[in-house]
Amino acid sequence: MTMIKRGFAALAAGALSTALAMPAFAEPVKFDFWFGLSGDLARVVDTLCKNFNASQTDYEVVCTSQGNYDATLQNTIAAFRAGKQPAVVQVYDVGTATMMLSGAYKPADKLMEENGYKIDYADYFPGIARYYATSKGEMLSFPFNSSTALLYWNKDAFAKIGKTEAPKTWEDVGADLKAMKDAGYECPMAINISANESWQLMEQFSAIHNQPIATKNNGYDGLDARLEVNKTKFVQYVTDLKKWYDAGLIKIKSKDLGQDMVQAFASGTCQVIMTSVGDHGTVGKTHKEGMNWDVAELPVYAGTERKNSLVGGASLWVLSGKSDAEYKGAAAFLNFIHDPKTALFWSTNTGYIPVTKSGFDYMKSNGFYDKAPYKGRETAIASLTASEPTEITRGVRLGNFTQIRAEFGTQMQAIFANKVSVQEGLDTLVKNGDAILDRFQQTYPGKTLP
Amino acid sequence: MEKRVTFSSWTIGILFAVPQLLLIFTFFYWPAGQAVYWSLTLQQPWGGGNIWVGLDNFRSILANADYWNSITASLVFAGISTGLAMFIALVLAALTDRQLAGSRLYRVVLIWPYGIAAPALALAFRFILAPEAGFLSAINRMWPGIWDPGLDGADAMASIIVAFSWKYVGYNFIFFLAAFQAIPRSLIEAAAMDGSGVIRRFWDIQFPLITPTIFFLLVINITESFQDSFGIVDIMTSGGPANATNLMVYKIYSDGFKGLDYSGAAAQSIILMLLIIVLTIFQFRFIERRVHYG
Repeated sequence: MTMIKRGFAALAAGALSTALAMPAFAEPVKFDFWFGLSGDLARVVDTLCKNFNASQTDYEVVCTSQGNYDATLQNTIAAFRAGKQPAVVQVYDVGTATMMLSGAYKPADKLMEENGYKIDYADYFPGIARYYATSKGEMLSFPFNSSTALLYWNKDAFAKIGKTEAPKTWEDVGADLKAMKDAGYECPMAINISANESWQLMEQFSAIHNQPIATKNNGYDGLDARLEVNKTKFVQYVTDLKKWYDAGLIKIKSKDLGQDMVQAFASGTCQVIMTSVGDHGTVGKTHKEGMNWDVAELPVYAGTERKNSLVGGASLWVLSGKSDAEYKGAAAFLNFIHDPKTALFWSTNTGYIPVTKSGFDYMKSNGFYDKAPYKGRETAIASLTASEPTEITRGVRLGNFTQIRAEFGTQMQAIFANKVSVQEGLDTLVKNGDAILDRFQQTYPGKTLP
Repeated sequence: MEKRVTFSSWTIGILFAVPQLLLIFTFFYWPAGQAVYWSLTLQQPWGGGNIWVGLDNFRSILANADYWNSITASLVFAGISTGLAMFIALVLAALTDRQLAGSRLYRVVLIWPYGIAAPALALAFRFILAPEAGFLSAINRMWPGIWDPGLDGADAMASIIVAFSWKYVGYNFIFFLAAFQAIPRSLIEAAAMDGSGVIRRFWDIQFPLITPTIFFLLVINITESFQDSFGIVDIMTSGGPANATNLMVYKIYSDGFKGLDYSGAAAQSIILMLLIIVLTIFQFRFIERRVHYG
């Protein structure tokens, strides 16, 4: 009786182990990729993952959207503390300094080298690469979805005031907005002043005017950097925006109020906005029938020598503590994303720009930028490559930058609600922002940015 | 002979309480203890290094003007929304307690708002109160800019107060109605026969008999207005404009989760906990004296 039982058990165990062992040779190595995009964009990422899995048999990437950038970082930190982190994670631009000090990553360039991939880092647009590279130029993460801010303008409204070109200087903008107002347009220009718009209003403006946001070359040279936007050209910019707002030339549009900037522009309500090239597709799909519109580089103040604008979006970090097999898979995945053909797929479907010169050239040679819905997106590349990045325009490397952006939104709201003057508001922004930077520095005593 | 298993009352008490105690320990005492520990250190978000700083986190928070603004906003919010939610619910319950035609229908309808999840409710109110497209857009067309929760802090505060009270009117209503119904009819009928009017009967008979309920709801409403307001603030105002609606519980969330300042957020949550404890003790010490338990 027991003999028979044992025999069965042995047989069953044997069958089981062969069943497990057999596919072990063919079974691809699985690894996780967490990302922060949602909706339409998440579906594009899912397709990207399927394409990668179909392109080879050795690895399988499991892609999971975490909803948004904030949640992705929070969940990854929680997972990391519990030892269950994904192999690859998408982290937004402003999380870069936090990631660099986390000690929780494997440098992307080392990973590629160890696994035998030769990446030509000079191929990346410098404005993009330097945001994610150390001060010595090592790429710790790979740029993934990249964008920059552009001026969207309604050609019909400008035609009404006798203009056929987008304004190139802020002086022109002021005159054009006034002319449009006089021509009967209710909302010549729309802005929003929440934390997120710090990107267009403060960061992009400062870069193209070669104005610092913080000392120590925007934080690249040390954790003891402190804000200084209360004494740069930015003060004049906010003063002008506020003046135009008071004169009714600028309206505030946000989702909380019922209509965001992009909707206000696409519906023809507002004639000028500044937003990411990532919204190019949305405007193209949703604009009012028959509306003529185009994009241009963000204006500068007269007499300014234009510099490159900043990259926005996110990069891919490979986290530490995974197996060699998973690292091999992660390296193959990064290599796949780096491929110009993937760049074409990605940009066609999203509105994000290619991050390498070869990707851009490949798309140009495919006639991408001549096609109707994509025309104008090359302006983003022109803006990003307007100059060789300076010490200031290569990026912003400040700890807890999300909180600083929140402080930006708070102070802008106080300024626009006439609770404080422009100078008082910006002084408070600097004071509170410095306290945030102080705290970050205290949290990482004795550490320096790589 | 009858077989009987006997436990000492002490053992059986513990036995029954163990599952509950375990849950409370896991979900309250342990995290609360963790929060106390974190509030005394500087936590690196990714782990790996924690620096003992003693009371520095508390010092830096209490020296921060934004934090005091957040405390003031929370107190204003708690005071007005609790008052509003309790007063309206009391009036409605008193009315539906009477033999009105259709009072059963009113009861059902009035209880519903409490069943709506805060985010859904907040979304609905965001649409209703949107200055350009919402319910109040008509007055904005007459006097442009008069209703502007996106830039005017008082308007934004009013928005979240309305949304929060809306929800708690339903909750309070259930309790008030039950309290009214527990009052013996004969008392009220006798008073009516003696010739007292509706108002008189309310103040002299009904009101004293429902003071325990009023007291209970006051404690619950105040506590909830400090804690349950999170979803409404997050969706309707995100703490803005210019921090006008940055209630304590929302500031904890944004500093801790968005800002990755775990220690600062832990210190703030300790302060919030202490504040709620103090408020509750205060209510039991000074308001409960007036409660008539019958």
